[in-house]
Amino acid sequence: MIWLEFTAPAIDYARLAPFIIVLGAACLGVLVEAFVERTWRHEVQTGLSVIALLGAVVAVIAQWDSYGLADSVAGSGAGLIGFDFGSVMIDGPTQIAWLTLLGFTLLSLLLFAERSVHGGHSAFTSAAAAIPGSRSEAEATSAQLEHAEVFPLALFSLAGMMLLTAGQDLLVMFVALEILSLPLYVLAALARHRRLGSQEAALKYFLLGAAASGMFLFGAALLFAYSGSFDLAGLALAQTAGVGSDWLLIAGLALVAAGLLFKIGAVPFHQWAPDVYQGAPTPVTGFMSVATKVAAVFALLRLFYVGLGPSWWTWRPVFVVAAIATMALGAVVGIVQSDVKRLLAYSSITHAGFILVGVAGAFTAVSLAADGTISHALGSVASITTYLVAYGCATLGCFACVTLVQSQGREATDLAAWSGLGRSKPWFGAVMLISLLSLAGIPLTAGFVGKLTVFVAAWRGGLWWLVLVAIVLSVVAVYVYFRLVAVLFFQPPRPGVEVKTPGPATVVVLALSVLGTLAFGLVPGPLTKLLASVGAFLVP
Amino acid sequence: MLTLETLVPTVASGSFVWAWLLIALPLGSAALLLVAGKAANAWGHWLAVLAPLASFALALVYFIDLLGRPTAERSVRDQVYSWITTGGWDFSLALQLDPLSLLFLLLVTGVGSLIHIYSLGYMAHDPNRRRFFAYLNLFIAAMLILVLADDYLVLFVGWEGVGLASYLLISFWQERPSAAAAGKKAFIVNRVGDLGLLLAIFTCLAMFGSTKFTVVNAGVGQVSSGWAAFLGFMLLLAACGKSAQVPLQTWLLDAMEGPTPVSALIHAATMVTAGVYLVVRSGAVYAQAPSAQLAVAIVGTVTLLVGAWIGCAKDDIKKVLAGSTMSQIGYMMLAAGIGPAGYAFAIFHLLTHGFFKANMFLGAGSIMHATDGDVDMRHYGGLAKVMRITFVTFAAGYLAIIGLPFFSGAYSKDHIIEAAWEQQPVLGALALLGAGVTAFYMTRLMLMTFFGHKRWREGVKPHESPAVMWGPLVLLALGSAGLGMVLNGWIGRWLEPIGAEAPAHASWLPDFSNWLSFAVLGVVAVGVVIAWLVFGRRPVPDQPPQQVSPLTTIGRHDLYVDQAYVSGIAGGTYALGNGLARFDDRGLDKAVDGLGLGAQGAGWLARRWQNGYVRSYGLTMLIGLLAVGVVLILTQLV
Repeated sequence: MIWLEFTAPAIDYARLAPFIIVLGAACLGVLVEAFVERTWRHEVQTGLSVIALLGAVVAVIAQWDSYGLADSVAGSGAGLIGFDFGSVMIDGPTQIAWLTLLGFTLLSLLLFAERSVHGGHSAFTSAAAAIPGSRSEAEATSAQLEHAEVFPLALFSLAGMMLLTAGQDLLVMFVALEILSLPLYVLAALARHRRLGSQEAALKYFLLGAAASGMFLFGAALLFAYSGSFDLAGLALAQTAGVGSDWLLIAGLALVAAGLLFKIGAVPFHQWAPDVYQGAPTPVTGFMSVATKVAAVFALLRLFYVGLGPSWWTWRPVFVVAAIATMALGAVVGIVQSDVKRLLAYSSITHAGFILVGVAGAFTAVSLAADGTISHALGSVASITTYLVAYGCATLGCFACVTLVQSQGREATDLAAWSGLGRSKPWFGAVMLISLLSLAGIPLTAGFVGKLTVFVAAWRGGLWWLVLVAIVLSVVAVYVYFRLVAVLFFQPPRPGVEVKTPGPATVVVLALSVLGTLAFGLVPGPLTKLLASVGAFLVP
Repeated sequence: MLTLETLVPTVASGSFVWAWLLIALPLGSAALLLVAGKAANAWGHWLAVLAPLASFALALVYFIDLLGRPTAERSVRDQVYSWITTGGWDFSLALQLDPLSLLFLLLVTGVGSLIHIYSLGYMAHDPNRRRFFAYLNLFIAAMLILVLADDYLVLFVGWEGVGLASYLLISFWQERPSAAAAGKKAFIVNRVGDLGLLLAIFTCLAMFGSTKFTVVNAGVGQVSSGWAAFLGFMLLLAACGKSAQVPLQTWLLDAMEGPTPVSALIHAATMVTAGVYLVVRSGAVYAQAPSAQLAVAIVGTVTLLVGAWIGCAKDDIKKVLAGSTMSQIGYMMLAAGIGPAGYAFAIFHLLTHGFFKANMFLGAGSIMHATDGDVDMRHYGGLAKVMRITFVTFAAGYLAIIGLPFFSGAYSKDHIIEAAWEQQPVLGALALLGAGVTAFYMTRLMLMTFFGHKRWREGVKPHESPAVMWGPLVLLALGSAGLGMVLNGWIGRWLEPIGAEAPAHASWLPDFSNWLSFAVLGVVAVGVVIAWLVFGRRPVPDQPPQQVSPLTTIGRHDLYVDQAYVSGIAGGTYALGNGLARFDDRGLDKAVDGLGLGAQGAGWLARRWQNGYVRSYGLTMLIGLLAVGVVLILTQLV
């Protein structure tokens, strides 16, 4: 009998702390659901989630120095340091991705927690298992029941996202992908109003998501068959060595690309997005559209830059084609939308296209000179991160506004219902205007800085013609946003539509998102400098 | 060789970190007045007067500070705001306080404050007084951005800002179609010049990767002479637009439709001199581009004659002064085109002109105030007796502009004529001729306005203006009289750090060691005498005579430049526009209709595609996956 010798790996728990805190809080949330008095659950869950997220942020920042980030901010650039856990890599981009994810999730969860704009209860259904319109649903509603499980669900999803951005092993990435997706399917089904639409959206998301996961897994298997390795380093090594069948590589590459492009919402894997964005509860839509995109983009970057980097000449055309198709379709179809949430869904698709321009650009700016200093030019990773931050601020601002526009106690997302709201409620108009200007990429907003940096990186990466195409399409996209601006400011208000007074949680979201949009637009220097100093993956 | 920016700017410290307040105060006041609306009607104008006064006080503090420093440290850079700084990018807003910008700072805030105060009286009964003062403040802020910028890009912000303020103020009485048209004309003609500045900025970005004065000045020596010349000509085009130089001079005469304080502040003392500032600031560029430099001098000379010619033929007092402004800025351009030897004189004349021309414009405003807004000099006559203060102060401006010794114009203009004579005798001779013509038309103006018999219209009873109006007049008159004496011995050395050569003659006494000084005096005397013979000895006809020399006719019609532009450029544009409209109706519209139908079709297709069925979405994904595979395989084949 052979005894397998097992040596316990030395794990640096401090570095994994942010992830562990989030996952722990999610598990704790399940216990809260089981043991805490119903009347207090909502408050306890909210507090627990917020504390956990803030704690995780602190845990990330506590590790700051050891990555050389603090020095880089100061300008000296101490060098890149990473911590390789085998399947998980915690390096500069991971840290930045975690910080971005934690921040945007915090804002989204504040929207989850908002009750006052929905007439004293949350945006989620009172009894998810009850048949829509049935007596048991009505009873649950009149008993003021609520699903406070949404908080642990979102935290589980966040844990998956964090793992995905750090994963450098195909299997870990797959598992992370599932951890992030499954709670989202459930969350999408929990809308309080229009429940059938919500459930339909969730089912669609689940079915198509399962198909995408299947593709990713199949691709991972083929890549394993090609390289004999699940981890990205081994995968890259196999390509440089040139062993294995190219057809296996190409098939695997196509499949994993499809799996991740689905999550990003890129054409032709985008069709779920408008339906799901429209059907899901608006706070969940905000969370999905921002956090999921951040996580999937980072996963895509790491997988293709690190694991499939040697084959970049092969995969680049895929992203070029996908970028053009995504930008064009999002912008053009966005023009004819008559529902604000669908319009924002197409906006999210368009932005995925702009991000793919950066991905295809594949411009590496970080070069370690002999003296260990880092150039402060923005590479693809850093510029895409800038873009994501800008996109996240503006998008969350918009979705927070969507929760406020109501007619007969329900969200009024019909474009016509938004007529004249900008004039009747100037603060509301200001928030929407700033967010839409940023989404359109107008200077002095964060969106402009994001577009500028991504385009510059792609241009330097040699894709100047793609940048020209992207600029033309971004002009088309401007029309989409200005159409909404025109509705908001230049049409007479409709009777029966009101802009609810936001509760404290929503006020925080609105304020922070507008602040972020303006701050990164007016003074982008610190952000871009920080990102330039950490914006490259470490190859194990 | 001296080039500009030989100073290394020191980083702002101490009181200089507050330099942004110079701009922020008037800008904030303008914003407040515009946003507050009717609520600010009662007190808005007082706030608007305080803002430039505060800026002026701050400017004085900085001036005194710099005066106390050694020459090499007289340039301070105050980084206000950094927009994007990463990698090769550096777009930031920084203010530069050096000897040149400080002189402008004092002129803009000093004369600007006086004109604000004057406007308290002049605009007292206007229903839109608050809006007027808001625009004036906006102008001050934009002008300060223009002169404090350390970078062509930021300068451009101010450049456009003063253009906007000018447009708003020319057409301030927008109910008059002529005022509205004049505002548009100024704006559109200025666009032509702005194009030049934009091209210059793009060139700088392409050549040097930055638009900072220091970088451009350091780099311009390394580029080919062709590019340097291009840069020089584009900057000249910009200067021509803003400073109403030939061939873009036509807007300035119409700009007199604006309220008179506006004409004094924007279209005489400050904004129209921005072109001169631009040329002097870009001295390093012109040092590398002799052809462009010569062009500057020629443009200046032509304009000084054209402006004087127009000034001779007009009966509208403001248009005479406007022609005179063009002419005097022509002198400054000529000086700037001479090169480092002329820079100090250009700025010197700019300062003295800022005082005596603002003085005369406000004087004209005072007269209009007294005659119910009448601007026709044929309706004046004999005003010296009823408007003593206006007359005396106006006379100070008059003596300054014709260049009577000891008055400020004498110092600055003589310098320019002498410097031009040394460099290019032809230009010098023409400038000398211009001095004589200036004396002629200004004397004509004086005689027609203040002397002779009364030709007042019925019901007009001229009277002296209130103290709030003549107070600024007195201060400006003192400046018109004494500024030359005060500055003559000092300004050359003060401006040396920005590349100007100190003049040989630098004392408070007029220079009579040179025969040219006597020649200038002689020419001026001839001009005065001719004017007296024509307009002083004989009564001035009540109606403009019709039997006049062709010279007068041409002058009355602004040299027919407007007509040429209308038939040449505008006519061509109209023809092109009509042709395009026809093409649009018959060709493009059909195409657009087709596109619209196509878009609808695409929308319909997209809707069919986005049908809500999971099975069809799944099929799309599968097809998409195949497409990815096809692209990948294609890359293998290539």
